[in-house]
Amino acid sequence: MPLLDRNGAREDGWTRSEGAAVGNIPAVIVPWDSLADALAQQGDGRNIGVLIPNSLAISALAPFLPRLALVAIGFPAYSDGRGFSLARQLRRAGFAGELRASGPLIPDQFAYALACGFDTIELPQANAERQPLEQWLRARDSYSLTYQRGYGTPDRNILDRRRAARAAAAPGPR
Amino acid sequence: MYRYDEFDERFVRERVAQFADQVARRLDGSLSEDEFKPLRLKNGVYLQLHAYMLRIAVPYGTLNARQLRQLALIGERYDRGYGHFTTRTNLQFNWPKLRDIPAILGLLADVEMHCIQTSGNCIRNVTADHFAGVARDEIEDPRPTAELIRQWSSGHPEFSYLPRKFKIAVTGAQEDRAVTRAHDIGLRLRRHPDTQETCYEVSVGGGLGRTPMIGKVVRDYLPKKDLLAYLEAILRVYNLEGRRDNKYKARVKILVHEIGAEEFARRVEAEFARLDGPSINADPEEVARIAAYFAPPAYETLPAVSNTLEAARAANPAFARWVEVNTTAHKVPGYTAVTISLKPAGQAPGDATSAQMRTVADLAERYSLDELRVTHAQNLVLPHVRLRDLPAIWRTLGEAGLAEANIGLVTDIISCPGLDYCALATARSIPIAQAIQQRFADAQRQREIGPLGIKISGCINACGHHHVGHIGILGLEKRGIESYQITLGGDAGENAAIGEILGPGLAAEEVPAAIERIVAVYLAERLEAESFIDAVRRLGLAPFKAAFQEVPRAAA
Ligand code: SF4
Repeated sequence: MPLLDRNGAREDGWTRSEGAAVGNIPAVIVPWDSLADALAQQGDGRNIGVLIPNSLAISALAPFLPRLALVAIGFPAYSDGRGFSLARQLRRAGFAGELRASGPLIPDQFAYALACGFDTIELPQANAERQPLEQWLRARDSYSLTYQRGYGTPDRNILDRRRAARAAAAPGPR
Repeated sequence: MYRYDEFDERFVRERVAQFADQVARRLDGSLSEDEFKPLRLKNGVYLQLHAYMLRIAVPYGTLNARQLRQLALIGERYDRGYGHFTTRTNLQFNWPKLRDIPAILGLLADVEMHCIQTSGNCIRNVTADHFAGVARDEIEDPRPTAELIRQWSSGHPEFSYLPRKFKIAVTGAQEDRAVTRAHDIGLRLRRHPDTQETCYEVSVGGGLGRTPMIGKVVRDYLPKKDLLAYLEAILRVYNLEGRRDNKYKARVKILVHEIGAEEFARRVEAEFARLDGPSINADPEEVARIAAYFAPPAYETLPAVSNTLEAARAANPAFARWVEVNTTAHKVPGYTAVTISLKPAGQAPGDATSAQMRTVADLAERYSLDELRVTHAQNLVLPHVRLRDLPAIWRTLGEAGLAEANIGLVTDIISCPGLDYCALATARSIPIAQAIQQRFADAQRQREIGPLGIKISGCINACGHHHVGHIGILGLEKRGIESYQITLGGDAGENAAIGEILGPGLAAEEVPAAIERIVAVYLAERLEAESFIDAVRRLGLAPFKAAFQEVPRAAA
């Protein structure tokens, strides 16, 4: 399925597994139900990722996080915004691996997904065909800055910008 | 009043451009109708019964003359020469063409206005006490808080795809004129008894609609500096745990109800404790920057009594009656707040023609320091009027058909658009309001009855807030015929309460007589100076129910 990151289309280095079998695959995404089994078979130098439903509580996933290189959060529909909050909680829990939104998102959600901590968006083929890449990139840049602190890097919001401007303007030791 | 800086301006322009792009993607098929719908709703564009409807945000109900004139112009150029003020202090145009909407958005942006988040499953336009900054019973002005929330909630990356719509109201006064307990979040500014610091009382889970509920207090004293982090915690709990399996159970009130207010508060506090407040909350400089816009205007030093006013009152009883009913005591001596009724007999409640809007804009500029307010009761307010200017204002309003002296009285009816405009309606509501207004048209009688709030909704969605009307009227449809359910004892104020059903539904033409009977019970039973709602509370429903049963019915 087509994959995007903040800069555009991206090759997917991950393979999906329907169950716990991870074999010799270097980087494999397993379903949440199979995660414990997959981790038990994990070989040296192999990366394991998990696809979680957006109804999963972060507390259930937390014990596994140190061993995961990728977490994909399912978006059953673009209108179901739970994944945005889950992503925030995962980042707060210190997860530094790849965070992926998986489902029929729309370009108008691209900037939001990035701001909430997602690295990549994995789209169903039909959606990617209907909504080509340049629409995603244009939608990503719809707003030059946001009103919210704490989402994305500080230079992305007006409040931290104003704070930086105040600090620069204040007389102080050089 | 808040003024956009360069960034606010750019944000609104970017939204206009984004909307144009979204429309283009819908037209070329990139966006499906299903995908486009929430995008247009989040920009206030509805598909109604006969046409598109455009809902314009009036943040916390505050406008200046220039903005109201622009609305008048849009009404004239792109609608049928009028607009409709709503119970959430927004303005709706009922007849714009889809192709004109980008031009309208451009005209709005020219005067620091927009339609952002006036619909859709997101945080909606924030409302506040319409006497903010003016009322004598105010502890602190709620508008800086409302503006801070407006900014924070605009295009929120995490909370734009909530289970359902989310409404926030703020008040800083003793009397709750913002109906905070009927909102998803209600904020009440109050002083901490020990520290005297102003804090927020936070209630969650109020709402009307088909399952009316009064909000529950989840925090008694939230320090002001923690506001945004606390809101983030509430919204995150709701976004993750609110029901998404049934549209009618998706509001936060249902979650609060199902798990209990205590458990909800516990989850919010747990989330809040994990948040890094300083990285989320606005800097004190930012809060001060916003608050500075709401500093009191330059009032004159005036005597508390105006001889001009007193002479005019003595000379003209109609004027005296209007002053008594339509003005509210002001913090500053020699000033008053004037409420302009948009409920003259025979008109749709909340409608104003473009000509009327211009008249009011002129008055605001000339007599009210260029400020006006929209109330949730669908009236307009001139908040800073010198007492001595009242006669001139009254004359001008009279010429524009806006001098109705009925604020808070039986004919000051709140009504949703109902079947005349709304695609969801099950019955008419405006004609019912008009029939009641006609029935009680006598001004003397209205004053004798005193404060009485009638609220009408044209379907179970309750946009007319009928549940919290002293008398509530809900229009339903039974076997193809309109049927009106009457409730009694609702209250939108600080003693918020949901009304109770009086009896079986009535036909449209039976409603005025039923209201008459209810009022007759009150007039017969009331104690000295006892208001309608106080009498209902004391007497209970029984005597009213008995009278209601005697309402003559059309042959069934
Ligand atoms: S209450 Fe019903 S009829 Fe009235 S405006 Fe709301 S949805 Fe429409």
